[in-house]
Amino acid sequence: MTNFPSTQSPYTPHTPADVEAMLSHLGFESIDDLFNIPPPIQFSDSFKIQPRSEHEIKTELKGIFDKNLPLVEFLGHGYYSHYIPSLVDHISDRSEFLTSYTQYQPEISQGFLQVLFEYQSLIVELTGLEIANSSMYDFATSIGEAALLSGRISPTRTKILVPDILRSERLSVLKNYTSNSGFKIESYPTRDSNTDIEKLENLFSDDVSMIYIESPNSHGALEESIKDISEMAHASGSLCCLGTDPIALSILEVPSSLGVDIVVGDASVLGLPNAYGMGVGLFACRSDYLRKVPGRLVGITKDATNRRAYTLTLQTREQHIRRERATSNICTNQAWVALRTAIHAAYLGPHGLINLAKQCIELPLELSSKLDTIEGVHAPSHSRHHFREFVVRTDKKAMEVVQSLEVKGYAVSAIGDHELLICVTDTNSSHIDAFVDAFKEVIS
Amino acid sequence: MSNSPPHYDQAKWTSQSVYEPLLSEKNMTEVSLDGVPLPPNLKRSSLTLPSLSEPELARHYTRLSQMTYGVDSGPYLLGSCTMKYNPKFTEDVAVLPGCSMHPDRAPHTIQGTLEILYTLQEHLATIGGMDAVTLQPPAGAAGEFTGILIIKAFHESNGDFSRNEIIIPESAHGTNPASAALGGYKTIEIPSNEQGTVNIDALQAALSENTAALMLTNPNTLGLFELEIELIASMVHKAGGLLYYDGANLNALLGRSRPRDMGFDIMHYNVHKTFATPHGGGGPGAGPVGVVSKLESFLPAPIVIKTKSGFDLFTPENTIGKVHGFYGNWLCLVKALAYILRLGDRGLLDASAKAVLNANYLGSKIQYEIPFRPFYHEFVASSGDQDAAEVAKRLLDYGVHPPTTKWPLIVPQALLVEPTESENKSTLDQIAASFNAVLTEDQSTLKSAPNSTASARIDQTTAARFPILSWHALDPSL
Repeated sequence: MTNFPSTQSPYTPHTPADVEAMLSHLGFESIDDLFNIPPPIQFSDSFKIQPRSEHEIKTELKGIFDKNLPLVEFLGHGYYSHYIPSLVDHISDRSEFLTSYTQYQPEISQGFLQVLFEYQSLIVELTGLEIANSSMYDFATSIGEAALLSGRISPTRTKILVPDILRSERLSVLKNYTSNSGFKIESYPTRDSNTDIEKLENLFSDDVSMIYIESPNSHGALEESIKDISEMAHASGSLCCLGTDPIALSILEVPSSLGVDIVVGDASVLGLPNAYGMGVGLFACRSDYLRKVPGRLVGITKDATNRRAYTLTLQTREQHIRRERATSNICTNQAWVALRTAIHAAYLGPHGLINLAKQCIELPLELSSKLDTIEGVHAPSHSRHHFREFVVRTDKKAMEVVQSLEVKGYAVSAIGDHELLICVTDTNSSHIDAFVDAFKEVIS
Repeated sequence: MSNSPPHYDQAKWTSQSVYEPLLSEKNMTEVSLDGVPLPPNLKRSSLTLPSLSEPELARHYTRLSQMTYGVDSGPYLLGSCTMKYNPKFTEDVAVLPGCSMHPDRAPHTIQGTLEILYTLQEHLATIGGMDAVTLQPPAGAAGEFTGILIIKAFHESNGDFSRNEIIIPESAHGTNPASAALGGYKTIEIPSNEQGTVNIDALQAALSENTAALMLTNPNTLGLFELEIELIASMVHKAGGLLYYDGANLNALLGRSRPRDMGFDIMHYNVHKTFATPHGGGGPGAGPVGVVSKLESFLPAPIVIKTKSGFDLFTPENTIGKVHGFYGNWLCLVKALAYILRLGDRGLLDASAKAVLNANYLGSKIQYEIPFRPFYHEFVASSGDQDAAEVAKRLLDYGVHPPTTKWPLIVPQALLVEPTESENKSTLDQIAASFNAVLTEDQSTLKSAPNSTASARIDQTTAARFPILSWHALDPSL
């Protein structure tokens, strides 16, 4: 690297002789001459950011990350982690995948397009719906896009029904996506961690565009009345949207056969470790809505030699063509996360997916029954079918329990004055017994 | 130089016999759910998916990766996307122990995570000249939408509910009008002047008491610096509007001019463009938004603040709420910080200098007309009598990811070329020779291209007319 001045970015390949030859070809003396920025708005100060070596940065950032307390997380509430097989990291880090962009030139993008097509096919198999797009940003924005889709289908309807236990962050994103298009969001009641069907029925009217339900919901409970809810929705001319995830869908009744019209969720429960909330928005719907769908779609066609070929399709829905009339403003999406989801799902195969989903039922059963034996603890708080997590009721104040457990090395969430949400998956299940012991000590 | 392309086999398996089948054509397996402990009405009866071993999968995906062209494969001239080199070490930084945290961790238990975010907020603010930054928007378009929501909240906080228009140059990125529309705004498109920049008269005519904001890219999508930006800013401000900076082209200006100093009130940064986080086949990226102090209280919740005892999450007083379920695309943010620290002041300045030098050098070597000058980090050439999309297909045979085509519309048969700072002189010479060779080729050569890619020319019309969007819809004969 001695050819290169120390003032240079390590990622610009120009030798001083190159720069000189290029400038001389252009007839300029200095690179500065290529800029004609008016003097009053030139920046002559510095950012005061010292350049560092790779080694220095790794050491420095590792030192910063070490300030995070090494707690064992029993956290879920809509964001879950499972073991990620090494195949996922190694394949997804292949630089052809990692350093490519949107497949505007399909002839040199067949590989990534095929992976996205396989991802879409996976979601189609899991949801039973005919269309899955190749990704949205995350769970919350997928709910927002679903609501907007329902509005394009029924332009005169302006109300979205959501459960009263919906995570506030998802509600906030949904409001931001829809409020400027004239939608109102209304909560419907839940009882014992499931939809209160009787009360819900009264809320349907001819201005409801979509009802949103979750299974597993934010109490970890599986919704038991999806079919009834979708029938109610359809009777009043509304759409039914289900929020879920691909692991749960591996065993749950197929949404399309329950009358669900749109499925959303975070598909990164397969493919990504905990990434401080980063995910990939799952989005699937009936084929009736094909030309109203947001996001990118990969389809199969043929090339000039009559061989199978993959391509982005129906792009006239998208912002780069339709501009202000596009079905969504999304451009850059989460394709690489979808690729990781596809690889993880393929690695597990149908047996592995079903086994992982079974664990998501068995582990909370095991943990809740152990916690339930503790005096002053009621777990789970409601007798539902739970998936990964469940609500625990404690006589002691929930925040006190959270703080005492933290001292013992565990992170859990309080969701009420006397209610905790406890999540257990394959990534923390080896700590179950120690956690139960800690819980016992904290409670007594 | 010969007119025939060198023999590249771009992203291609050369033998027909190893064309990679779909996973579903390998070992589809139906598995019953008999052993799953759920009542029959809650569970499906079976699950049918491919069942393959790890070695089979490793080979499947490796072959697919070899049929994919990335920045590491060769020049990637896709204008407005800044396809620069993505440093490898940032991938290692993003998997350091301690980087993987659940988003519901209490702030005092993740001081490291918050310090990383805070540091990036501060550096981005400095680079843009802004007073405060949110890292939440997960892409550039999400940043635009966040900006639109802030603009709306700001005007409404002033009791100003009548501003329902966003002004956008006709050459703006498609996400600009789409994001404005998502925010409930009417978009007013203004034409460019003969120099390719904002038409001041058209802007004056478009400005009114209904103007909420002007969205602008600088350099604009023709690669031109808006020399009258100070005047534009004062006009917009005088009309009571705000000025929004689309950060797509910030890679031209690092360390030379800051959006704030030009008069912008609000901006987004594309970390996957300017700060080299990998584009991942379409994403993820991140679109942090920076604002001047009068807009700070409207930022999405939460932002990271520094307190006496460390770092904390803070909900701005008049927050617009959330634009992502949690804190955005965390892994991209970590990689962006690592990149910024690696380059430092001098490296960032050098990146922009070389990006502009490369574009100008390449522009001077190709024999296509470039109607608008002087340009910075990218330029729009016209392929004249040749169809720009056909030129792009033919460039594939020369081992180049072609420019963005037929956009912006202001140039007929547009080729929007952005070589970035990552290419060296000899590669630029080769790219120019390829462009110039294509210029001399006849229609039939162009129409039959590409020939050395994984697929020959792909039939887009059939794909859209008879959509096959999953393997379930696939006729086995295809």
